[in-house]
Amino acid sequence: MKQHTLAELNSERAARRAVIVITNVSNGDQRLVKAADIAADPLHVELDRQLRMGKSGMIEVGGEKLFLNVYAPTARLVIVGAVHISQALAPLAQSLGYDVFVVDPRTAFASPERFPDVPLFADWPDVALPPLNVDRYTAFVALTHDPKIDDPALLHALSRECFYIGALGSRKTHGKRLDRLKAQGASDEVLARIHAPIGLAIGAVSPSEIAVSIMAEITAVLRLPAEMRPRAKSAA
Amino acid sequence: MLDRDEDILKAAENWTKAGHGVALATVVETWGSAPRPAGSSLVINDDGTFLGSVSGGCVEGAVVTEALDVIASGQPKMLEFGVADETAWNVGLSCGGTIRVFVEKVGNS
Repeated sequence: MKQHTLAELNSERAARRAVIVITNVSNGDQRLVKAADIAADPLHVELDRQLRMGKSGMIEVGGEKLFLNVYAPTARLVIVGAVHISQALAPLAQSLGYDVFVVDPRTAFASPERFPDVPLFADWPDVALPPLNVDRYTAFVALTHDPKIDDPALLHALSRECFYIGALGSRKTHGKRLDRLKAQGASDEVLARIHAPIGLAIGAVSPSEIAVSIMAEITAVLRLPAEMRPRAKSAA
Repeated sequence: MLDRDEDILKAAENWTKAGHGVALATVVETWGSAPRPAGSSLVINDDGTFLGSVSGGCVEGAVVTEALDVIASGQPKMLEFGVADETAWNVGLSCGGTIRVFVEKVGNS
């Protein structure tokens, strides 16, 4: 690997941008493809598939064996609302490899006793969220049921490129939420990015089961192309 | 996506900046129950210092020895490790899998 390739690889990773290094293993020829350049690459189908699965692997192109080494940032989960579901969701997401952050201005909720080993931000979304740098490798969920907290948090998430945005609440609650967010200037197109009611329809009842349905939906969005994902509750 | 195998590449960059000869060893193919997936890597400098892992400890010693040759020659090499007695290697994978490790020099040539 050339020194400048290694330096470029490290700087892209430090900026939380995905990179794939393509190595011809018979002669050592190598090139680096940034996530933003994949669509224009002759190998875009293969690169896109490997990146979506977060998997490195060997492919054969025109009789040449190429190793695609995928460097994708660690996924994050930002949970707004230090509620009962969050207490189950945070450790579940951590066990799946996510870096988890919990935001709730209500200090009685966002207490270390309720959330051991999870970074807690007991501030309003406008203060807590900007420094978290919500990005395309972040899943974002709003779980407080309180418009004063959830609405500004969702507007922040919608202004960023997170791969998943979900909000807790029934269809009726979500309808009212959409009206409020529209009144604040969000378009229908932007609001359609919110998964609500949150989670896959697996008949979840307890907070832990709801956490599983949320992580299942996040996993499907992370790993599968849109047409292959299981039906969400909202489409049921 | 959920790779925590961080910062060994940063160490490799720092070693080259400090004037060390450095090699990068990467698992490129696995068969059977390989201990570390494709993409796992190990960096070695000309002191024999290494960071990372390609097998969870079974073959690292042999990889480091080969990497020192690669640093000296500049020529990349493909290494294959299976169970000890089925290969020419005197080390092997007790889990019964097979891995192929690509070793390349880090540098401008």
